[in-house]
Amino acid sequence: MKVVLEHVTKRFPNRNKKIKEEVVAVSDFNFEIPDGKLIGLLGPSGCGKSTALNLICGLEEPTEGRIYFGDEDVTDLAPEHRGVGLVFQNYALYPHMTVRENIRFPLTNLKGSAKLTKEEMNARVERAASLVQINELLERKPSEMSGGQQQRVAIARALVKTPQVLLLDEPLSNLDARLRLQTREEIRKIQRETKVTTIFVTHDQEEAMSISDLIIVMKKGVVQQIGAPQDVYDDPANLFVAKFLGTPAINVFKGEVRGGQLFIGGSAVLDVPGVRDGGVWTGIRPEGFIPDSNGPFESDLLGIEVMGRDITVLSGHPDAENPVVRSIISSDRRIDTSSPTVRFRLKPYKVFLFDDATEERLKFEYDIESDPEAGGAV
Amino acid sequence: MKKSGFKAWLYLLPAFIFLAVFMVYPLVDVLVYSLQENYHSASQTYTGVGLANFSYVLRDGTFLQALKNTALMVAITVPISTGLSLLIAYGLSSINKVKKLFQTIYFLPYVTNTLAVGLVFMILFNKTDANAGLVNMIIKLFGGNAVDFIKGPYWAKMFVFCFYTIWIVMPFKILILTSALASVNPNFYKAAKVDGASDAKIFWKITMPMISPTLFYLIITGFIGAFKAYSDSVALFGVDLNAEGMNTLVGYVYDMLYGARGGYPSYASAAALILFAIVFTITCVNLIISRKKVVY
Repeated sequence: MKVVLEHVTKRFPNRNKKIKEEVVAVSDFNFEIPDGKLIGLLGPSGCGKSTALNLICGLEEPTEGRIYFGDEDVTDLAPEHRGVGLVFQNYALYPHMTVRENIRFPLTNLKGSAKLTKEEMNARVERAASLVQINELLERKPSEMSGGQQQRVAIARALVKTPQVLLLDEPLSNLDARLRLQTREEIRKIQRETKVTTIFVTHDQEEAMSISDLIIVMKKGVVQQIGAPQDVYDDPANLFVAKFLGTPAINVFKGEVRGGQLFIGGSAVLDVPGVRDGGVWTGIRPEGFIPDSNGPFESDLLGIEVMGRDITVLSGHPDAENPVVRSIISSDRRIDTSSPTVRFRLKPYKVFLFDDATEERLKFEYDIESDPEAGGAV
Repeated sequence: MKKSGFKAWLYLLPAFIFLAVFMVYPLVDVLVYSLQENYHSASQTYTGVGLANFSYVLRDGTFLQALKNTALMVAITVPISTGLSLLIAYGLSSINKVKKLFQTIYFLPYVTNTLAVGLVFMILFNKTDANAGLVNMIIKLFGGNAVDFIKGPYWAKMFVFCFYTIWIVMPFKILILTSALASVNPNFYKAAKVDGASDAKIFWKITMPMISPTLFYLIITGFIGAFKAYSDSVALFGVDLNAEGMNTLVGYVYDMLYGARGGYPSYASAAALILFAIVFTITCVNLIISRKKVVY
């Protein structure tokens, strides 16, 4: 089932009653989520992701705009009539019910012709449980299970009604690092098996990038960019998106464009044809640096971290936003650590320019062929 | 290890001494008194040891009346006050506006003196030749006959007594239940709503189990508190409760010690132990039920 949001806006009255101005949690959302895809709704805390999810689920009513599931307008439908499954960050399993009762609970609420017999319910519960591999645990209470197991129960409970849309609100945040990796793979697998359109909210860009078909990056209630994770990473729409995606984070410098050339710290570091003259924010991905003793980009060498396959070069630059510039290079490269400075050449497709006022992307053309090494795999 | 055990006992000593002197010793003393037959308080002599005091108390008409009054009052007020409090607390938790105001209003009886409330009730419910109370004025307005709730028939007095008790105990219960309801994670309600549960089902299947520990705490303390009622009866019906037929078990114990028929610590002790046995049994039954019903 595809999900369409049309000019959806949600405003809340300010918590501080003295302030009349309303808080805009979600501002003019316009997008279509294709059927059967896994969508990551990504943004920092407090950007309105959960509100967006609640709007889709029906727990909140939009102030303006319409929401469609397929061709049906569900804006005024109560959550129970929308056919959505919802998984909470803290799972919200009913502590007084066993796992079986928890998973069965949505089925016992079905009325009229949808009503199921006890046997049918049990069969559905068993099926949902086997999908998330918790058949052995059905008679346990939630308190007798680990966080990962509880998360699976929550997913089974959301899936047992065979929802048209599955919504996950920060589903992995309460799990430890190892379990998080494992569970996100499992969510991916379950989503592929059930082919249910799934939207999951996260503030962890790595999580969103790793399993989503499509990510929606949000900031302060406004959609910044929608696209496949790799596309968004390689082609950020603005400085916020560039900074938000990627670990280690992108390095940002204050730069200037003069006559089609990018200057950082007084030296021309890259040809950027077609970009207007003036100040720019320059974002360079850590993997965008190539060590080159004749390279145009020079910075003060602070140290190196050897990670086995890669080397991270830590350097400082007066025009950098952060005190440490991180560049990741292949470990076959040798860095002269006795030298006080280090010089790099830049891969043009790893360098992004943004208007220094609007922070919007300024695109330039580059020719990968001119530098065979720069065009090669990172 | 040994040293820390010694230290722990040392820390416990002050509390332990106080408990021993003011709780354990009197309890043992009560037991001893209750078994001493024909105890004479002036000469401090007794004629034998046995259960004669218990048999006297259990055959004493005023004790049986007090037992009946107390049991009836407990049976009526505990379920009604708890149920009503739950209803009000649930209502309070469902509204947003003026919630604070209502919370304050419902809590007012708790901070008001019981005797003052008793006086107000007396004025509301009484019937004298000079002026009838508000309740009787309303009854007359609807064409009924005035009833003297303070000095009239037994059922009328019982009604006022229960009404008053419910009124007095509800604020505390409402307060506790409101906070219990507020402490239920709202995600449970959201989850249940998305799962399509009706409001009634959410209340019975989610809310009630979640607050059941609090509810049982209130029921148990409610039983204990109601069995210990005394001042409430005094506030409404005056000090000569036996004449009014509105004495309570604690009132009986008091009478046996200091009242007009006073000076019999043996009978008082026996009555107190009977009261203790009743409260203890009911609390045990409550705990057994709660172990089955309080679900987490």
